[in-house]
Amino acid sequence: MAVTININGKDETIDAAPGTPLLWVLRDHLQMTGTKFGCGVAQCGACTVHLDGEPVRSCSIPHDALDGGKVTTIEGKEGKAAKAIRDAWVNLNVPQCGYCQSGQIMSAVALLEANPKPSDQDIDDAMSGNLCRCATYMSIRRAIKQAAASL
Amino acid sequence: MFFENFIPKGDEEITEVVSGSSGSSIPVNLSRRGFLTTTSAFVVGVTLAGCSQAEEVVIDPTPPTPAGPSPLTEVKGGDATPSLWIEIEADGKVKITCHRSEMGQQAWTSMTQIVADELEADWAKVEVVQALGNPKYGDQNTDGSRSVRYNFHRLRVAGAAMRQMLCQAAANHWGIELADCRAEQGVVSNSVNKKTLTYGQLAEAAGNLQVPAEDQIVLKSRDEWRFIGKEISSLTVEKIVRGEGTFGQDVQREGMVYAVIAHPPRVFAEVQSFDDSQTKQVQGVVRTVKLPDATAPALFKPLGGVAVIAKDTWSAIQGREALVVEWSDGPNKEFNSEPYFDELSAAAKNPGNPQRSKGDAAQAIKDASTKVSAEYRSAFIVHSPMEPPSATAEWNGDELECWACVQDPQTTRRTLSELLQHDIEKIKVNATWLGGAFGRKSKCDFVVEAAILAKEVGTPVKVVWTREDEIQGGYYHAMAVQNFEGGLDADGKALAYQHRTAFPSIGSTFNPAADEPGPFECDLGATDAPFDIPNIQVEAVKAKAGVRIGWLRSVANIHHVFGVQSFAAEMAAAAGKDQKDYLLELIGAPRIVDLSAENSKYGNYGADIEEYPLDADRLANVIRKAADMAKWGRDLPAGHGLGIAVHRSFLSYVALVVEVAVDAEGNLTIVGCWSAVDAGTVVNPKHVKHQIEGGVIFGFSNALYGKISVTEGQVDQANFPDWRLMRMDEAPKAFEVEVIESNAPPAGVGEPGTPPAAPALANAIFAATGKRYRTLPIIGPDDYTLPLNSDNA
Repeated sequence: MAVTININGKDETIDAAPGTPLLWVLRDHLQMTGTKFGCGVAQCGACTVHLDGEPVRSCSIPHDALDGGKVTTIEGKEGKAAKAIRDAWVNLNVPQCGYCQSGQIMSAVALLEANPKPSDQDIDDAMSGNLCRCATYMSIRRAIKQAAASL
Repeated sequence: MFFENFIPKGDEEITEVVSGSSGSSIPVNLSRRGFLTTTSAFVVGVTLAGCSQAEEVVIDPTPPTPAGPSPLTEVKGGDATPSLWIEIEADGKVKITCHRSEMGQQAWTSMTQIVADELEADWAKVEVVQALGNPKYGDQNTDGSRSVRYNFHRLRVAGAAMRQMLCQAAANHWGIELADCRAEQGVVSNSVNKKTLTYGQLAEAAGNLQVPAEDQIVLKSRDEWRFIGKEISSLTVEKIVRGEGTFGQDVQREGMVYAVIAHPPRVFAEVQSFDDSQTKQVQGVVRTVKLPDATAPALFKPLGGVAVIAKDTWSAIQGREALVVEWSDGPNKEFNSEPYFDELSAAAKNPGNPQRSKGDAAQAIKDASTKVSAEYRSAFIVHSPMEPPSATAEWNGDELECWACVQDPQTTRRTLSELLQHDIEKIKVNATWLGGAFGRKSKCDFVVEAAILAKEVGTPVKVVWTREDEIQGGYYHAMAVQNFEGGLDADGKALAYQHRTAFPSIGSTFNPAADEPGPFECDLGATDAPFDIPNIQVEAVKAKAGVRIGWLRSVANIHHVFGVQSFAAEMAAAAGKDQKDYLLELIGAPRIVDLSAENSKYGNYGADIEEYPLDADRLANVIRKAADMAKWGRDLPAGHGLGIAVHRSFLSYVALVVEVAVDAEGNLTIVGCWSAVDAGTVVNPKHVKHQIEGGVIFGFSNALYGKISVTEGQVDQANFPDWRLMRMDEAPKAFEVEVIESNAPPAGVGEPGTPPAAPALANAIFAATGKRYRTLPIIGPDDYTLPLNSDNA
C-alpha cells in the first residue's frame, strides 16, 4: 500500500513492503543514497536523519510508522547550524573515507540546533552513537567546537 | 572529421590574454589531437570576464615533429607518459587520473597534488578522474601504505613532462626559446614579449609534440613546490558534507535488483539442501540463486551459499531470514579459537623456524643474572569498514561491467576473468569510493558474487553485504600467541632477547599447506625489532587456520609490536629503568640496522634497503620528539600514567606517548596522545596527521575491545553490540601529532599509526596501575572497566 512521506519538504509517495525501514526507502526507492547503511540495528549512526528535527536512526524506523512526521536527510538539511557544521567539516577536513559522515553531520547539526554551546560532555553524549572506523573523532570534536564558536 | 575541426566556428574561438598589450583580434585555430578525448571538449571558448586586453591568436596546429612513442613508459615507478595521467580541456580544466582507490587516506588529493604541482596547474581547475582497473596504470593495489611511495617520482615526471610540452608549444607559437617560457598556475608566460597563453589554449598543440625523455625533463626543486608538502584541502570533502559521491553501496543501475546472500556458517561448508518456500512469500523477493560451493584454497572466491534476489535490499534481507539452509560440516567444524590459544601457547614454548639469529640467545638467557619472560596473546579481529562490502554487476551480451568498493580493480578484474572463465578484455571494473577498507576490500569475493548473480538473473544486480555478513565472512587478522624471553646483566643491560611468534598465516588463504607465519609476516614487527642486543633470536612457530586469514591495517605489526614494545617496557621495569630511556638504550647508537648480518632475509616492505634503510637514529629521534611533546617525566596526578612505544613500519617511523587515567573502579580515560612521525617527504601534512590519529585510535579500539572468537568454525560475533568499536566518548581527550620535516624519500602513512597504539596504551596502563596486560583485547566487548583484579596474561 502506498504511503506518503514528507522528505526534505517534499511529499513522496512510496510503495514498499509494510515495515520497510525508512533507510531502505530513502536509498532503494528514492535513490537518496546520502543516508548510509552501516549496521541495520541502530548501533552505528550512519543512517541518522532528522524526524521533526530530532536525530533518529532511519534503519530502525518503519517508513509506514512515520505518522505525518517530517524527515530531513543530509541532502536537504539547511540552516545556520547545518552551514556552520559543514563549513567546519570542510575547513578542518574532518572526513577520511566519509561514509559515516552523513550521520555524524546530522547528529552534530541536531546537537548545535538544540545546544549552540556544547561542552565536551554534551559532545560525547550527542556523538557516541555514531561510529567511525577511520576514527575521525578528534577532528569531529574540534569541528563541532569550531562550528559552535562561529554561531 | 579530422579536418572539419580545423575550421573555426564562432563558438570555437579561443581568446588569449595578453598582459600590457592593446591587442588585436586574430582567429584561433586548434587541432583536436593531444590530450582531448572528446571533440566537444575543445570547442568551448575561454571567456575572461573583466579582461579588456584580450587577443585572439592562431596556435599553429602543425606539429614541429610528429608525436612518436613515449620515452616515459619505464621511469622509476612505472609509466609516466603524460597522456596516461593528464587531460587538459580547452577551457583550462585539468583532469588528473587517480589510479589508486580513495578509501579515506586521501589518495585523490595526494596523487593530484603531486601531478598538479609539477604541471603547475591552477588548483581551482583540477578535477580527479578515477581510473578503471587496467594494467596500463601499473600497480593499482591500494594497500601497503604505498600509493605515494610507489608513484611520487613518476607522477612528478608526468606532470613536469606535460608542463614542458605546454611550454614548448608556447615557444613554438611565439618563435622563442623554451627557456624564455615559464609555466605558472595554468598559464605560460613569454619573458621576451610578456605575453601569456593558457594551458587550455595550448593543450592541442602541446599534444602534438613528442614527449620529452626523462633526462630532458627538469623537475621542480623542493622550494618551488606549490602543492607538495602543503596542507591542501581534501578533494572529497565538499561532496561528503552534502551526502554526495558514490560509494560501492550507493551504485544505481537501470533495472537493478538487490541480492543478499546466506553465506555458509563455516568456510567451505556446503549447501546440502535449502527450502525457499517461505522466502518466496516475502513481498519484493524475486527469486533465489544457489552460488557455487567454495573449495580450498580460499583465495578471493565467493564463500558460496544461497542468494536472495529482491526489488530492494530490505526485501532481500527479509527473504534471507525466511530461508532454511542445511549446511555440511565442512573441514573447519573442529576449529575453536579459545582452546586453540592454549595449543599455540604450548607450541611457542618450543623452538620454531629461525627468522633472525645473532649470537646465542638461548645460552645467554640461561647465563643472565636477570631473566624476563612473558607470553602475549591477541584475538582475531575483523576490518569493519563503516561501509560493508557491496558490488554491482551488469552484463551487456558478453561484456561485464562492475562497480565496487575495491582496493584493487586490477586483481578484481583478473579474479573475475579466472573464476568466471571470461575474457579479461570484456570485463570492466570501476572502483567507487570506498567507505573504509583496511584491507577487507582487497579481497573481491563480493564482486564475483555480483557478477555470477547478474549473469544468472539477466539484469544488473547489486550485492549488499550486511554488517553480519562483514563480521562473519571476513578475512581475519590472525589470533596470535607470542613468547618472549630476555636476559639482563647485573646493571640491567639487555644481553639476550628471544621472540617466538605463533599465528595462522595469510599464506593459508592461498595455499592450505601454509602452516607457519611466513617471513613476510615476521618481517612486520618481529624480525625487524631494531634492538642492539648481542644475542637475538626470532622464530616462527607453526599454526593452522580455521578461518580465512587476511591482512588488516598494519597486518602482523599489530600483534608483534604490541608484544615487542610491551616486552621492552617489561625489561625496563626489570632493570629498574625509565621506560623511554631504556627503549633508547635498546635501540642503541645511531646506525643503519643491518638485519642481513643477523641471518635475516628482511624484506623491507619491498623497498630497496639502500634507499630506505632501517635507521636507528630516526627511530630515536621520534622517541625523543614524542617524549618532549608529552613532557615525559613530569609529575602526574594520582592514577595517571605515561606509556611509550615506537615502530618503523611501511618505512615510516612513528613514536607514540599515551597518558591514561585509571580510577579505583578501573574506569579508563585516555587523557592524551602525542605522536611524532617521520614519513620522509610528506605530500600533505594535514592528511598525515589525520591518518596517524585515525590509525592510533583504530589500534586502541582493537586493543581495548576487539575480539572475534570462533566456535566450531563459526564466528561468534554478529554486529556492533558484540563486535565493539571505540566510540567518541572513549576516544582520547587530546591528540597532538608532529610531522618531522625530512628530505628522505616518501614512506607510508595509512598504517604506521596503528602498531605503536596497543603497546603505548598497555605501557601507560602499567605505569598508572602496575598491571601488565598481555592479552588483547584488554577490556573486551562487554565490560566498561579494566579488569584490575586480574593480570589478564
